[in-house]
Amino acid sequence: MEIFGKSLTELKALLDEKKISAKEVFSYFSSRGKKYNEDLNAYLTFIDDKPKGSDPSLALFGLPLAVKDNFCTKDIRTTASAKVLDDFIPQYESTVTRKLKEAGAVFLGKTNMDAWAHGSSTETSDYGPTKNPWDTTRAPGGSSGGTAAAVSAYLAPGGIGSETAGSIRQPASWCGIVGLKPTYGRVSRYGVIAMGSSFDCPGPMTQTVEDAAFLLQTIVGKDPYDATTSETKVPEYSKQMKEKRKLRFGLPEEYMKGLDAEVEKKILESVAVLEKMGHSIKKVSLLDPKYSISVYTILQRAEVSSNLARYDGVRFGNGRSAFGKEAKRRMMLGTYTLSHGYYDAFYKKAQKIKTLIINDLQRVFLDVDLIMAAPTPMTALKLGEFEKYPFFGETMDILNEAAAVAGTPAISVPCGLDKNGLPVGLQFMGNYFDEGLLLNAAYQFEQETNFFDVIKMGREKYK
Amino acid sequence: MNSYTPVIGLEIHVELKTKSKIFCQCSADYFGKVPNTNTCPVCLGMPGALPVPNRTAIEWTIKIGQALGCTINKHSKFDRKHYYYPDLPKGYQISQYDEPFAVSGNLMGFGITRVHLEEDTGKLTHAGDDTLVDFNRSSVPLVEIVTEPDFDSVEDVKAFLEELHTIIKYLDVSDANMEEGSMRIEPNISLSVIADKAERMKHLPNYKVEVKNINSFNFAKKAIEYELIRQAGILDAGKTPAQETRGYNEDKKITYSQRSKEEAQDYRYFPEPDIPPIELTDKEIADIKATLPELPAAKRERFMKDFGLKENEVKILVGDRSIADYYESVFSKIKLNRASSDIENIEKLTASAIVNKRISINQSLDEFTEQFIEVYKPVEVDEDKLSSVIASIIENNPKQVEQYKSGKTGLMGFFIGQVMKEMKGQADPQALQKLIIEKLS
Repeated sequence: MEIFGKSLTELKALLDEKKISAKEVFSYFSSRGKKYNEDLNAYLTFIDDKPKGSDPSLALFGLPLAVKDNFCTKDIRTTASAKVLDDFIPQYESTVTRKLKEAGAVFLGKTNMDAWAHGSSTETSDYGPTKNPWDTTRAPGGSSGGTAAAVSAYLAPGGIGSETAGSIRQPASWCGIVGLKPTYGRVSRYGVIAMGSSFDCPGPMTQTVEDAAFLLQTIVGKDPYDATTSETKVPEYSKQMKEKRKLRFGLPEEYMKGLDAEVEKKILESVAVLEKMGHSIKKVSLLDPKYSISVYTILQRAEVSSNLARYDGVRFGNGRSAFGKEAKRRMMLGTYTLSHGYYDAFYKKAQKIKTLIINDLQRVFLDVDLIMAAPTPMTALKLGEFEKYPFFGETMDILNEAAAVAGTPAISVPCGLDKNGLPVGLQFMGNYFDEGLLLNAAYQFEQETNFFDVIKMGREKYK
Repeated sequence: MNSYTPVIGLEIHVELKTKSKIFCQCSADYFGKVPNTNTCPVCLGMPGALPVPNRTAIEWTIKIGQALGCTINKHSKFDRKHYYYPDLPKGYQISQYDEPFAVSGNLMGFGITRVHLEEDTGKLTHAGDDTLVDFNRSSVPLVEIVTEPDFDSVEDVKAFLEELHTIIKYLDVSDANMEEGSMRIEPNISLSVIADKAERMKHLPNYKVEVKNINSFNFAKKAIEYELIRQAGILDAGKTPAQETRGYNEDKKITYSQRSKEEAQDYRYFPEPDIPPIELTDKEIADIKATLPELPAAKRERFMKDFGLKENEVKILVGDRSIADYYESVFSKIKLNRASSDIENIEKLTASAIVNKRISINQSLDEFTEQFIEVYKPVEVDEDKLSSVIASIIENNPKQVEQYKSGKTGLMGFFIGQVMKEMKGQADPQALQKLIIEKLS
């Protein structure tokens, strides 16, 4: 039985029909991971998590996944790609990985990321950068670059990433896969090594929209261990995904400025595709995304400086000198903005503008179902380019930050290749808890275009 | 030598005795447990662990606020207070900064600034060159009560603290045990040259000394007294005492410098993003208020007004809620007992019996009642016999009668004793006294 290229949903069908065994599937991906990891550095830790007699009736029975290394996994090394946690073995399981395991999933390994999730290229990792499978001289994006690369090169049929602002959507875009960032509070943060606590959001990274819906269904819901999770009822995503409906898309002019010409071209082509499918596209106006950058940067740095305070050298074996450059920069800026006399000027003001951004999005959602834009202004950059930008991550994620700041959901899907043969992403942004609608739009677009075969081409090189 | 008026404010920490800790499910009862056995990822501040607030701890904080006459904020939140210390696993303490649960109260005329909820820290033990950390206490709910600098005497501070202690015990929210550290006091002390209270409050001294590590009311009193003398000496020399935190050494009975203002910390407070703000409705606040027991002040007033008890009696009875409850239950029980029908002033007699420890309260209500009736039941007196006994005692003791008549009234006890002996105890001493006075005049 040929496994290569099968989606999670397809593998599930094969497992259900007993055409393949869970063990076969696991060892297939496990050996692929080990084979290609030298080139890609997608995994930091491999897990020999062979499926052991779990219940075949479980939703994710026997499905192997790549998990970002900021999810605490009991008894399995978890570093967040930071040397400070070089030999940290959690004594507990994150809610997301617990839910996945309880649903029968097995983990192939823990994937590389920007250290502490600080970055958008996976180059701030203390364990070296992950390479973009499309061109190994390029970055995969980040911070969930390891999971993105693993899924793109088919080292895993699907995986889990996390977003603070763009860390799922941007690497999904650069690696040419599907990445969904749910509403803040829809998925539990318990056991996710905190970056920006009021933004952090785990989400699926997959080869198909259906797989994204499938994984999302498993990880969402109120968690007694995370006070910020929502009681809002969880719908049946695959059903909402497949509903036949015509949608109203808003295209914000402010988000078309400063795009790489190739990216702009692909977005406009996608607009044409959606129009041809009978959806309506309307030009809308949103606050200039530059405001989101400032607000996001101030709030996130403040939270970072606080969240990293616990790594004071007393525990975890490695002291403060083990922190990398980017973490130190962020802690200093965050400490500064929270300092006496600066709090009002920075943190408090940023909170006020956050409210304006939320109101701005709410206003637009009165007129349209979804907002569409590029997830990132350019395609994958060469490794090392990030050093040239003082706020690299923030700049790369300029188009992702409004949804991150507001806590609204968004999805990134491939919409073609640029002239260098690199994948271009398309982003849909929805209102709170409209994941079903996002999946619906992405699924329709996928049905129509098959994402221009981008996902297929991405993995082909690693056949 | 100038004359100074003390300006004293108090910060009191009270550990709540909730079942679980404030943000996790570990037991809040850590005392005497093997170090680091009462912990979990949350109270250890492990990467990725999140705090989920304990509803009971919030309600009890509000209850304390209500008992202290505070306004309850309908909107409040937790904040992170940052500082580094090995007993603080997250590098910050989850506390409340600008929106505490309760504000603007009053107890015995002293202003209560605020009542807020926070988490306790772990505990350090210094053993030789090593310092050991025990996180069993980490994240035990801790209520902080802050007063206005309204106190100008040590006696007021002591009376206030005793009353506060009684109230906390009445609310049944804390062991409030000073020795075990479940109630801790940090007075801040300075001296003012302004005698007029209103003026003094408007122009507070330009320095303040905070004293920590006090674990009894007595030590609090002594530490403040020591500070007042120390500061007066500095002021008399024309200098200003340093703004600082001092510790109290109970063996030497002195305070000593711990941390000066120059080292004062910037706590970089900001709203705790892991816990959504807490919104309370008027009904929720009223529902919590409805669970408040009768507070000591009200109880004392009622006991005096309704039962005619004396101030020193109510002080003892009301000082401990269990005694007050016992008192009320037992006199009701006595009244229901038929055998008590000819005993007058049962409330007063019961109070007196308890206060003077004539009858033990360490027994069941029935046992107390039985004993009470035995002691206080009016005896059947043989009036004729009594009359003749008194007459014969007077006749047989002419010397004492003479001395009594010349003013030695203390001899009344002698006469009563003699009569009681003859009567074999079958007489009411009070009635007897009246009769003897009559006969002697």
